[in-house]
Amino acid sequence: MSLTVDKQVDPADRPQSTGELVRELFRSNIRQYGMLVALGVIVVLFQVLSHGILLKPLNVTNLIQQNSYILILAIGMVIVIINGHIDLSVGSLAGFVGAAGAVLMVDHSVPWPLAVVLSLLIGAAAGAFQGFWIAYIGIPSFIVTLAGMLLFRGGTQILLKSQSKAPFPTGFQKISSGFLPEVGPSTNYHNITLLLGLLAAGSALFFEVRRRRMERRYGFPSLPTAFFAAKCALIVLVTAVFTLLLASYRGAPVVLLILGVLLLVYGFVMRTTVIGRHVYAIGGNKAAAQLSGVKNNRVTFLVFVNMGLLSALAGLVFAARLNAGTPNAGINFELEAIAAAFIGGASASGGVGTVFGAIIGGVVLGVLNNGMSLVGIGTDYQQVIKGLVLLAAVGFDVYNKKKNGA
Amino acid sequence: MSATGRHEKATMTDLLGTSSTPSPPGTPGAAPRQRDPAAGPADLILQMKGIGKTFPGVKALADVDLDVRRGEIHAVCGENGAGKSTLMKVLSGVYPVGDYEGDILFEGRPMAFRSIRDSEAEGIVIIHQELALVPYLSIAENIFLGNEHASRGVVNWSETTRHAVALLAQVGLAENPATRVADIGVGKQQLVEIAKALSKEVKLLILDEPTAALNDDDSRKLLDLLAELRSRGITCIMISHKLNEITRVADSLTVVRDGRTIESMDVVDGAISEERIIRAMVGRDLDSRFPEREPDIGDVVLEVRDWTVHHPIDQQRKVVDGASFTVRRGEVVGIAGLMGAGRTELAMSVFGRSYGRDASGTVWKDGREIRTRTVSEAIEAGLAYVTEDRKHFGLHLQESIAKNVSLTSLAKVSSHGVVNSSEESVVAERFRREMGIKAPTVASLAGKLSGGNQQKVVLSKWIFSDPDVLILDEPTRGIDVGAKYEIYTVINALAAQGKAVVIISSELPELLGMCDRIYTLAEGRITGEVPRAEATQEVLMRHMTRTRS
Repeated sequence: MSLTVDKQVDPADRPQSTGELVRELFRSNIRQYGMLVALGVIVVLFQVLSHGILLKPLNVTNLIQQNSYILILAIGMVIVIINGHIDLSVGSLAGFVGAAGAVLMVDHSVPWPLAVVLSLLIGAAAGAFQGFWIAYIGIPSFIVTLAGMLLFRGGTQILLKSQSKAPFPTGFQKISSGFLPEVGPSTNYHNITLLLGLLAAGSALFFEVRRRRMERRYGFPSLPTAFFAAKCALIVLVTAVFTLLLASYRGAPVVLLILGVLLLVYGFVMRTTVIGRHVYAIGGNKAAAQLSGVKNNRVTFLVFVNMGLLSALAGLVFAARLNAGTPNAGINFELEAIAAAFIGGASASGGVGTVFGAIIGGVVLGVLNNGMSLVGIGTDYQQVIKGLVLLAAVGFDVYNKKKNGA
Repeated sequence: MSATGRHEKATMTDLLGTSSTPSPPGTPGAAPRQRDPAAGPADLILQMKGIGKTFPGVKALADVDLDVRRGEIHAVCGENGAGKSTLMKVLSGVYPVGDYEGDILFEGRPMAFRSIRDSEAEGIVIIHQELALVPYLSIAENIFLGNEHASRGVVNWSETTRHAVALLAQVGLAENPATRVADIGVGKQQLVEIAKALSKEVKLLILDEPTAALNDDDSRKLLDLLAELRSRGITCIMISHKLNEITRVADSLTVVRDGRTIESMDVVDGAISEERIIRAMVGRDLDSRFPEREPDIGDVVLEVRDWTVHHPIDQQRKVVDGASFTVRRGEVVGIAGLMGAGRTELAMSVFGRSYGRDASGTVWKDGREIRTRTVSEAIEAGLAYVTEDRKHFGLHLQESIAKNVSLTSLAKVSSHGVVNSSEESVVAERFRREMGIKAPTVASLAGKLSGGNQQKVVLSKWIFSDPDVLILDEPTRGIDVGAKYEIYTVINALAAQGKAVVIISSELPELLGMCDRIYTLAEGRITGEVPRAEATQEVLMRHMTRTRS
């Protein structure tokens, strides 16, 4: 390859001063930073309003367990949304899989690990069913998953004969309500949790440094050293506080570990694998992706299979938490998951969004729910406020895009 | 002309042999028959004087004069991009007063249209090339859309139907007005558009390429209808590429080139030859410089034989009809054709059947037949297609330069399905430097770049896929002169590396400046193959306007 055209780079293209650079970096990532700042403000606000109850170790543990299934759904949902689609069926499907699990474990005494695997397969199959109509037949996902929403809700009620089914084996219940085991010498804190916290902070710093090195190497805009140091310090601080909170109670819940693994795996898949890139490419410009040799249909199909799988996981976690399969499990979960993805920065037209953002969006919603309950705001007003938050977050995003002419 | 010999060689050499000496660009040939001054200005229904219109960075219209007499069919012709459609948009109020320079006099009075509604109120109605009908509404509903027979918001259906039937009779369309527009053919849809215009008490009807999408039979009927409307006193302005139609039906003709009126002439049977019109149309200013290249041409790399593609919706219509062409190693081949000739459709259908349906014909590479049924197969076979529409078909605008460049060839920067983003950045950075993409870093979003730089990103993407054949569709559309020169340099470098390059372009000077050989396309058929030495704008235009009549 020797294509030499014009090597000059307009000096005006390079940002000059540090201040400008920081402003530019902030502007291009305003959604991520904005959401983190908003989360911080909400946490502090309710911490004060609830007279310190919000960040009590017990409450933090509750927060995680109460929101885990929404966060699991949000991970799948943001991928669907990046792909340029929507999935309304996830709540019903979660309920359906919970019911199927209950039938397997309670009625047929299937060992719980086997039941979990079977349930996940049922979810993936349901996702494949919907993905087939969407990807290969070309029915809009809104319609297919609206049908799925009715179908799986009805299926749930048929499976359970409109009654709850309980109880589950204790091993299964631990998925949602269990805590990591304790080993080692007795301290005032939960040792494994401390170790995990250390690991989390360490790997976060490792990735930050690695990314910074790459930015430097290719001359990408990167934060000035002082800002970078402050960012790292903040990461360590937040991780430390969070770890100590959990470790001073009963340690990290099992479900937090599940969430952490999902976040790592899906973050990696979406950021650095070929299929992840293809998902973004299809959502961003379907025609361009097709003309670039991306197999649009197959990728979209797999995205829905994955959504089915994660719906099943969410359904199991929820069933384990209730310790029952119930006909109404999962109602409105889809709305919370969709809201989380959008609050977390996904674009309604596809092609934009991150798994981490969806998690933050989900946590914002969770803290709002929990905080407002602690302060004594009724569920009626809670819904009004959450609706306004969703509208404001997306409105802010659209306004910003227009202002930047993107 | 040492190619495959499968083309219409005889006819072509004939044509080339008899071609008259081309007149230098810009100078009209023999003086046209001037207007009879005795006709006087009272006869003019429309006068447009000194019309100019500038888009950011581009002067679409510089100085256009257009005089149209009452009750005539006046043709406006010119190459792609000459400014015809822009002129009609000025006239119909799509570009409001103040957005353009110059004066419009209609029936002797100065006009200042602020919108289409204003021009329609005066009786000026435009029918765009892309029909503006709502497919799932009935014929009657479409005719009166925005203009409903209604009182206090309630539609009077019996009046609507009665009036629609009367209008349909006037345009000779025997359809139930309750029929959905989607259920009738394009030819009939065109008649519905005209009926809609008649319902607005039209005095001056403007048609933009009215027969471009019609078959021969429907075209003839439409032209007959225009002649009949003329006899009823309706004046028509018709934009057309089809010179045989113009000489058949038009009374007078204005040629526009590079945003200026070149000349106006009366069309009297036989007095104006198609040759004569072509000479006025071509000869656009050579505003681009072209880098030198020593062609080093090898064996045939790609051969397309007998390629036919049907329209995706109107399945009877052949958009590409038995087209055959070849490209050799190190050769730059041009494809010239007017709007609607099927250039993009030919390229896209060869590239993984990305356009149309029922494609037939064969594609050969290095002497072996290859399958290009999907885009991945085409890419694997060593083809690349750089789309004419960067924003809609080429780029993910909200993604970085690096991710856009790597998209077609992610396998090259990944192992086991995991992308190595630092390798990806190295590759993108190399292209940024070598292609001169003006952006701070390869992490910049593609949507923030200028047109020329976006085009360089798309080119980088396809060069990175390391193809043997690159099909570039309008590679320099909408980019400035400096960036054009850079793109030309890249194309030459590719050819020097032994790639085969196909350039589809509306700009004849660009094809003449860049190509070793040029095919012309008209109505989906290859109508000529001209080697560089024999190619002039006139020769090309003559082939490009060779339509069936």
